[in-house]
Amino acid sequence: MNEVVPASVPVDGLLSVAWLVIVLPLAGAALLLLGGRRTDRWGHLLATGTVVAAFAVALACTLALTERAGRTVSLDLFTFIDTGNLDVTAGLLFDPLSAVFALLITGVGALIHVYSIGYMAHDPGRRRFFAYLNLFVAAMLLLVLGNSYVALYVGWEGVGLASYLLIAFWHTRPAAATAAKKAFLMNRVGDVGLALAIFLMFAQLGTTSYAGVFGSVGLLAGGTVTAIGLLLLLGACGKSGQFPLQAWLPDAMEGPTPVSALIHAATMVTAGVYLIARSAPVYDATPTARTVVLAVGAVTLLIGAIAGCAHDDIKKVLAYSTVSQIGYMFLAVGLGPVGYAAAIAHLLAHGFFKAGLFLGAGSVMHAMDDSVDMRRFGGLARKLPITFVTFGLGYLALIGFPFLSGWWTKDAIIEVALDRGGWSGWVLGGVAVLGAGLTAFYMTRLMLMTFFGRPRWEEGVHPHEAPASMTAPMVLLAFGSVAAGFLLVAAFPLSGWLEPVFGEPEEAAHLVSPLVVSIVVTVVVALGALTAWLFVGRREVPTTAPARVSPVVTAARRGLYADTINESLVMRPGVWLTRALVWLDARGVDGAVNGAAAALGGGSARLGRAQTGFVRSYALGILGGAVLVAGALVAVTA
Amino acid sequence: MTDVPWLVLMIVVPAVGAAVVAALPAAREALARQLALAVSLLVLLLAVLTTVAFDPGGERFQLTTSVAWIPDFGVDFALGVDGIALSMLLLIGVLVPVVVGASWRDTPLPRPGRPARSMTAFWAWLLLLESLMVGVFAATDVFLFYVFFEAMLVPMYFLIGSFGGENRQYAAVKFFLYSLLGGLVMLASVIGLYVVSNSQLGEGTFAFDALRQLEIDPNVQKLLFAGFFLAFAIKAPLVPFHTWLPDSGAEAPIGGAVLLVGVLDKVGTFGFLRYCLPLFPDASRDLAPWVLVLAVAGIIYAALLAVGQSDMKRLVSYTSIAHFGFIALGIFAFTTEAATGAVLYMVNHGIATGLLFIVVGMVIARGGSRQIRDYGGLAAKAPLLAGVFLLAGLASLALPGTNSFVSEFLVLIGAFPTRPVFTIIATVGIVLAALYVLLMYQRVMHGPPRGVLLVDEDGAGDHDPADHGAGDHGAGGGATAVPERGAGGATAVLEAPARARVLAVRDLSGREIAVVTPLVALILVLGVYPQPLIDLVSPAVEATMSDIGVDPGGSTPAAPGSTGTGGTD
Repeated sequence: MNEVVPASVPVDGLLSVAWLVIVLPLAGAALLLLGGRRTDRWGHLLATGTVVAAFAVALACTLALTERAGRTVSLDLFTFIDTGNLDVTAGLLFDPLSAVFALLITGVGALIHVYSIGYMAHDPGRRRFFAYLNLFVAAMLLLVLGNSYVALYVGWEGVGLASYLLIAFWHTRPAAATAAKKAFLMNRVGDVGLALAIFLMFAQLGTTSYAGVFGSVGLLAGGTVTAIGLLLLLGACGKSGQFPLQAWLPDAMEGPTPVSALIHAATMVTAGVYLIARSAPVYDATPTARTVVLAVGAVTLLIGAIAGCAHDDIKKVLAYSTVSQIGYMFLAVGLGPVGYAAAIAHLLAHGFFKAGLFLGAGSVMHAMDDSVDMRRFGGLARKLPITFVTFGLGYLALIGFPFLSGWWTKDAIIEVALDRGGWSGWVLGGVAVLGAGLTAFYMTRLMLMTFFGRPRWEEGVHPHEAPASMTAPMVLLAFGSVAAGFLLVAAFPLSGWLEPVFGEPEEAAHLVSPLVVSIVVTVVVALGALTAWLFVGRREVPTTAPARVSPVVTAARRGLYADTINESLVMRPGVWLTRALVWLDARGVDGAVNGAAAALGGGSARLGRAQTGFVRSYALGILGGAVLVAGALVAVTA
Repeated sequence: MTDVPWLVLMIVVPAVGAAVVAALPAAREALARQLALAVSLLVLLLAVLTTVAFDPGGERFQLTTSVAWIPDFGVDFALGVDGIALSMLLLIGVLVPVVVGASWRDTPLPRPGRPARSMTAFWAWLLLLESLMVGVFAATDVFLFYVFFEAMLVPMYFLIGSFGGENRQYAAVKFFLYSLLGGLVMLASVIGLYVVSNSQLGEGTFAFDALRQLEIDPNVQKLLFAGFFLAFAIKAPLVPFHTWLPDSGAEAPIGGAVLLVGVLDKVGTFGFLRYCLPLFPDASRDLAPWVLVLAVAGIIYAALLAVGQSDMKRLVSYTSIAHFGFIALGIFAFTTEAATGAVLYMVNHGIATGLLFIVVGMVIARGGSRQIRDYGGLAAKAPLLAGVFLLAGLASLALPGTNSFVSEFLVLIGAFPTRPVFTIIATVGIVLAALYVLLMYQRVMHGPPRGVLLVDEDGAGDHDPADHGAGDHGAGGGATAVPERGAGGATAVLEAPARARVLAVRDLSGREIAVVTPLVALILVLGVYPQPLIDLVSPAVEATMSDIGVDPGGSTPAAPGSTGTGGTD
């Protein structure tokens, strides 16, 4: 209705079927779920095929997009809801931002599908697994390709469902079932924020489409925009595992490892960054909300890094690392226009190396009879050479080894943080540098405990390298870990590609020379790695975690007490309240009703006998009531 | 086609069917249920044809029939539907055959010392109920509406009281008296309306269209409103008038529970829209904040209670009370979007909660217990059953992609501009909805096999699952307590003893798949493409909005730049 459609040029050719990107994996999921056991034999191949095909379509659409002026295409598909003033059209927005996400999701998604063919080869539920994985890809694509907040919300909850199904994939394990429920619930808390933001947009602007909202957000009062920004942030925190809603993400590692790689590292958990980057026009109008975004990012960055230092479960360490790295991205988007492109670049690079790291962890688990305890690993470098090399490259990329991906993208964020200037710039920059050192510590510790040192394997474990269907995706992602940063920052700057979304990249006047930043960061990273070697590398790793440790280590082991806080502030009072209400409803409300009924029935305790008295008294009551009403009417109208 | 009295047919066909079935000898149970299925499918066909004959862009009330009934009091047998009523007739048309299929193998609980009851009566009451439900939505004469409203209680009373669980008598009587009380108070208001029309028009009438034109003194409006409101607030229970529903929902046979919560209770919310708002616009506006307090309190209160339930059928009943809160919020927010959402909610809730009740019934049919703690790990044994259970649950928590999302979203986004505070509180309810659905799903479906899935090989432990339902809620699943598992004489135990083995549980049978498929399909289709349904109900919703003086164009958003959210609360 009140929408400003940016792309007035009619959409033709390939871009007019961009919806295929979503429909292909969705059809795969539907076919596998409805087809039942008939599809057991080839279902996984079909599912992989749909994602590869979706990647091909996404790539072709992106190439077609480069030809178009403005590099933005809006595609209306059908009327979803149209009543009163509300007009929600199901439509897609294909622009540089959604294009890079579509490529990341389908590209990394396709690799992880291939990997899962090997990883899940002997699982009786393989077909179900691939169906859910396809469902996830479809929902995630809808999330990033929708052209309105409602479409985003539909995809947003869709990925939440897929995440729930996949965390609980081995649902006979109570821990997996509980982790899935926890993830869904904490996400729903965030969803309340997202939903309220959408309601507020509609109430104030009469529209929920990106074009409509961004076109008139400038007319809104400051307080309203800040409210919208903070509500969106709440949603983003839920989905991306950011403070204070971060506690679900480490538990989500109960899901199969390919799920951790795709959903809980590379794509879904970065949806919050997408939401904030996509809503750039909103945040540009509210410095207050933006400051909260970067504060959340800085706090989470440290929480994740500290907790990552103390865990012995290889997947939990990687999960806390993800929490921490997404903190970097939040910090960057919170810095505003100078940070958007840096955040997206780090997001893409992180998608490659963290997915690679998780697949490597899966390969290690595959070799170690599904064990995740790093204290029972050790000396795996020679047994798993491909895993070691690819994982090692991902490790170097993550800690920011010079000229690998993380070095380019993380340093860019640290620079932007320092450029903010003033005391806050120094604090944020300092936090980011400290985080880099901690990252080097926990990742080096992980490397040393897993691949180096004396084997501490359980009896009967015979490590062996994974099949080619698993190692091939690891190798490809390793290439990405090495080169993505250089390609996205130096060779083909992402900021230029994203210009139609975020505007002209600013050439910031650096307060601190990038060279100095780079040297300082590299030194801190080296110190972190060295500390890890001093603590772990040069002495024997005990096979059980030491019990007598400092309060700091205990706090880190318990994720800085996030679960404790949630349980004592929300869960236990909730249980208490629920029990009290159940009692109240039975004794109080219903008791009052039954008591009144008994009194009406002449004090009879037995309902059977009360019944006759009842009906009579009601008949009397109704007679009296009718007389009363009629009398009142006569009195009033007379 | 418009000359065919479709609405009369929709009332007469199931009534005649009920009479024929009732006349069958008690031994002809198989024939009775076949007849019931045939008749209900015929009514579904009639509902579809009625919809084809209906013109969404035409007159407000269509397919009208009017015959003088009690001329002395101006009572007419007047029928007619608008889009809202028609959508409810479609819901009835779909749900009754599904309920027949779901109840296909039900048998009544044995009665000590007396021969088992024949199911023939069950099918007859079911068809009679269908006829009366059509009547209550199709009536355009307020007195006729009242007659159907009260008559509807009788078949439901017998469905619960004769075919329900252990505590069926208590539940049935409570249901009956509660509803009767509301109905009688409403009768006082109906008579009051007649008196007013007599003094204003010179001739008393019960015709809805005539009554709508009355100019009633605001204070009188409040009195009359209160009578209607109490009846409707009991029927679509708003807290604190709700306590009869968990008992009835838990004790009713599954088929009865589906129709009770899916259709019967909607008469209450339908009544708000059809009678309270247009007839008493001033009173509705004045009293709306109080209604909204009840609605929103119910959303949170009933959801918390649902979280705390140990009986699956009670749990689903409490979720419905929370959902009725959303519907009431949509109606009394006075915007086109929210009211459209409320109407869609009435349809979608019937489908989604209907499916949830049916699936819960299928679980109970396998385990013989309503208690959540008697189950665990069912998903590994019956994946299809678990999948449908989850889908019904997701629809209940209004996940996007399911039909309920559209209605809940419309209610909330439509109510926000006029009632931001109430809407914010209601939105918190979506977290609680996720909690009660996923808690129940996890406990019943996930984890290692336990409860009724385990048998002690020695048969030593004799923990009959029914024993665990101690307390006042009973345990047997009522008419659905026929275990479909092939456990000859094996006893179920709660904790896994050393020698326990996991029992085979049948996944969905062909009949059960046929029963759930239409509802599953509707949940998904209406979740992705709801606009045809919106187009069907919109004109009637807009007419209702103009009756209370709201611009039917919709909630006008505050001008951009204004600081407030245009709220009045």
